[in-house]
Amino acid sequence: MYAQLVKSDAIKSREDMSPEERAFQDRVDAGEKIEPKDWMPEGYRKTLVRQIGQHAHSEIVGQLPEGNWITRAPTLERKAILLAKVQDEAGHGLYLYSAAETLGVSRDELLEKLHSGKMKYSSIFNYPTLNWADMGAVGWLVDGAAIMNQVPLQRTSYGPYSRAMIRICKEESFHQRQGYSIMMKMAFGTPEQKEMAQDAMNRFWYPALMMFGPSDKDSVHSAQSMAWKIKINTNDELRQKFVNETVPQAEYLGLTIPDENLAWNEEKQGYDFSEPDWSEFFEVIKGNGPCNRERLGDRVKAWEDGAWFRDGLNAYAERAAERRRAASVAAE
Amino acid sequence: MSKKEWPLWEVFIRGQHGLNHRHVGSLHAPDAEMAINHARDVYTRRKEGVSIWVVPSKEITASSPSEKGPLFDPAESKTYRHPTFFDIPEEVGKM
Repeated sequence: MYAQLVKSDAIKSREDMSPEERAFQDRVDAGEKIEPKDWMPEGYRKTLVRQIGQHAHSEIVGQLPEGNWITRAPTLERKAILLAKVQDEAGHGLYLYSAAETLGVSRDELLEKLHSGKMKYSSIFNYPTLNWADMGAVGWLVDGAAIMNQVPLQRTSYGPYSRAMIRICKEESFHQRQGYSIMMKMAFGTPEQKEMAQDAMNRFWYPALMMFGPSDKDSVHSAQSMAWKIKINTNDELRQKFVNETVPQAEYLGLTIPDENLAWNEEKQGYDFSEPDWSEFFEVIKGNGPCNRERLGDRVKAWEDGAWFRDGLNAYAERAAERRRAASVAAE
Repeated sequence: MSKKEWPLWEVFIRGQHGLNHRHVGSLHAPDAEMAINHARDVYTRRKEGVSIWVVPSKEITASSPSEKGPLFDPAESKTYRHPTFFDIPEEVGKM
């Protein structure tokens, strides 16, 4: 979801496992947490670096579509709230990069891979945010979908990842609620405001459904990730759960979900709904979404424009350390 | 463009109720002063603490997972270290 299409190994049967791998799988099965210095299969480490890295990238690229609206927020209060939310996303990126770093990659390496296009971020952030109602739709639907994925990941087998998720989930609920609060204001406002809210929902509904990744029948290699407990639920399970929870919230707002096939299914105790256009999804992942170039361009520009500042702080830290050394020599 | 990465720091925060500083996570910063500034921004946005410690990650020495047995197993057989090991007759009263 925030990590879609994470490449992973094919699942290994117990007979094919080495004694170390078997002992490792037993620990995971027993619900023990794996910590950075523990032995782990190379595939586990690699898949986690990809997944946590992708997740971290999504957090910081996710700042961009919302950052655009900080200076355009309708009131000072909304501005302060949005600023706090966008700041949270930077923090979430930091927690996740830190978790990835315990696996032997550096944050700068991961950023380099993001900037050169070798690593991905969630497809959702390649859609434009056209007006203020989109801030509501993003908070409500996009953060809502993210929570759906992140809550179970608090139980993931890798200790540092699990702890990052626990911290993130504590803060994420504020994000969804602030989005819903914007939607309420607009849906219960003037007819024009309500129309904007409906339009935002129309544009974000299917991209939000895509966040969970391809359908289980097309989702390769998730079996190994599930056996390792770095993926807890299947894509379709989470998507279904998201639809079930979101429909009543849309009804309360008086908004229509843009899906004529949406209907309650008594038998499965859930809604039937239309799948998103998966060809669009794969195009966006490939780099051909409406905003891919703009987002990555902004990201790289921010990193390059900040270089003088990072260098300056480094130079200051080095000089200060030199001065301290000189002072301690003089005192001797 | 600079290739030099800021070093990693471990962050410890003491909450409001007089408990110990607790490890909350890590971050990158060029020096201790900036590490405190970053820690304040990242880890105390919701009144999580009243005091911050930062320690360079490379200065931390950790026990090795392979020593887990010799280090921690001996405590398992020493249940007499816990007060509940001893039965005190009810007549004696609260102890």
